[in-house]
Amino acid sequence: MSHAVIGPNWAARIGVAAIALAAFIFAVALAVSVGEMTIPLPIAFRALGNGLFDLGLPVSAIQQGVIFDYRLSRAVMAALCGGALAISGAILQALLRNPLAEPYILGVSAGASTGAVCVMILGFGGATLGLSGGAFLGAVAALAVVALLATGAGGASDRVILAGVAGSQLFNAATATIVTTLASAEQARGVMFWLLGNFGGVRWPDLWVATPVALIGFVVCMINAKALDAFAFGADAAQSLGVAVTRVRLVLLATTALLTATMVAIVGTIGFVGLVIPHAARFLVGPGHARLLPACLVIGAIFMILADILSRILVPQQILPIGIVTALFGAPAFAVILYRARRPA
Amino acid sequence: MTLATHDVRWGAGGRMIVDGITLSAPPGRILGLIGPNGSGKSSLLRLLCRLRGVASGVVTLDGRDIAALPRRELARRLAFVEQQATTDVQLTVCDVVRLGRTPHRAAFASWTEADEHAVEAALERVGLAERHDQPWHTLSGGERQRVHIARALAQDPRELILDEPTNHLDIQHQLSILGLIRRLGLTCIVALHDLNLASLFCDRIGVLHAGRLVASGSPENVLTPELIRQVFGVEVHIRDGVGGRRHIEYVVDVEPGERP
Repeated sequence: MSHAVIGPNWAARIGVAAIALAAFIFAVALAVSVGEMTIPLPIAFRALGNGLFDLGLPVSAIQQGVIFDYRLSRAVMAALCGGALAISGAILQALLRNPLAEPYILGVSAGASTGAVCVMILGFGGATLGLSGGAFLGAVAALAVVALLATGAGGASDRVILAGVAGSQLFNAATATIVTTLASAEQARGVMFWLLGNFGGVRWPDLWVATPVALIGFVVCMINAKALDAFAFGADAAQSLGVAVTRVRLVLLATTALLTATMVAIVGTIGFVGLVIPHAARFLVGPGHARLLPACLVIGAIFMILADILSRILVPQQILPIGIVTALFGAPAFAVILYRARRPA
Repeated sequence: MTLATHDVRWGAGGRMIVDGITLSAPPGRILGLIGPNGSGKSSLLRLLCRLRGVASGVVTLDGRDIAALPRRELARRLAFVEQQATTDVQLTVCDVVRLGRTPHRAAFASWTEADEHAVEAALERVGLAERHDQPWHTLSGGERQRVHIARALAQDPRELILDEPTNHLDIQHQLSILGLIRRLGLTCIVALHDLNLASLFCDRIGVLHAGRLVASGSPENVLTPELIRQVFGVEVHIRDGVGGRRHIEYVVDVEPGERP
């Protein structure tokens, strides 16, 4: 019979954190060494050391530049994006009590891209709103539409997915309408490429936005980890356990909208990460959110770095949109989850 | 007085579902709520544990308005067992019972000796200590209800509210669940469908009809043929059963030529 550990188990926590950090650093090193110009791992580590700590190790200027200015920012952005989307998926699955919930399927990503396209092509809000602001408003609008549709359809947890499908279609149609009727040919090509997900254009200034958003979002979710556990038997059960259900829902839905919107504004829509990673993480660490959320952050980050590497090497001389790579892995995983969810209650 | 309502009203969709109910739960005793489907039993229970806010009137706990109590403080005092609550999350028996400690724990608090003790004691009281690690979805209906009661006990409440805890269970499990609730010695408010079970296990009975409390008192005084005809629309004979409890026999109309 297993018994709970009494008190904080610092040894285990530090051990797990060290393993996660080592895996993360290895993934980043791999990401900065693989590409059209392959740079051996030892040189990659040296370049990282030079860039981060100014060690002055011998690395050619070109290699240093490629690694630090181009590939490292890209890898860190992939990590943040994967972590943020995986956490958003875990939160939505818990709040909506549906194993298929995630930002992409619920139309949050579609809403965010509509918002971003409104800013990009129609010029709504101009410089004050910005792409991220537009994406956030779009994501919130999409969540509101999906929530209204789901409540109108009886509010059962399976209705949420149907409502999400309808919401995605609606917002994708809106985006397509704006792009085809109002964008120039060059704008349209750029938007289409961005919509499929693309880490190519990421530079360090993007990270000054994405990093704080991802970290604050993660902390907000961790503060609510126990409340999320209490949602296992539904909102009434959570409320009778002393959880302020309305407040927790509002705060966490806004957080997932913010996380998703920020990532969509920078790298476009990327599906399936938010769906697959939480299930993989649950398989490894169990359903408790105090462990599940950090696991999602780490596994999502590493998964996305590896997916980005694959997108660069699967087809020689070409970079696949990242959304295609995640869907190639995500769609079969989705099928497995559907199959398992069939289990009789 | 522990938990009491004073002229409480609540409605939905323009219809009054709880229409001016005043009652109080006797401390340490079992108050049964009976009434036909849609008479407002479940809604009244939800008002009692503040899952819904009253439209008018007041629900008090030791004389204090529960609307003014912090939600966590209320959850440490009063626990609620829903009808047939289930989950898709892959939880074990002990994961579910641990949820009962939620109102006792701060956001980043570690698991304490007191938490562990409360969980073990709760599982012991419902007779499932050996099932600690069994997955939730492999439990039978009666076992799930026991786990929910253990979860409620882990909240360390003085008042326990149960919404038809015996629904969909076979008779053996109905009797064992109600026997368990009786032995807890807490102030319990239980919605029940079965009039004989209410008569057997409750110290007091409140009868709800169309959102109003039409009778309340001891089972012997409340369960009369006239009241049951008026509220449930059925004819009964009432006999003295074992231990002075009333036994209700339903009189079934038999069409000519049909076997009863």
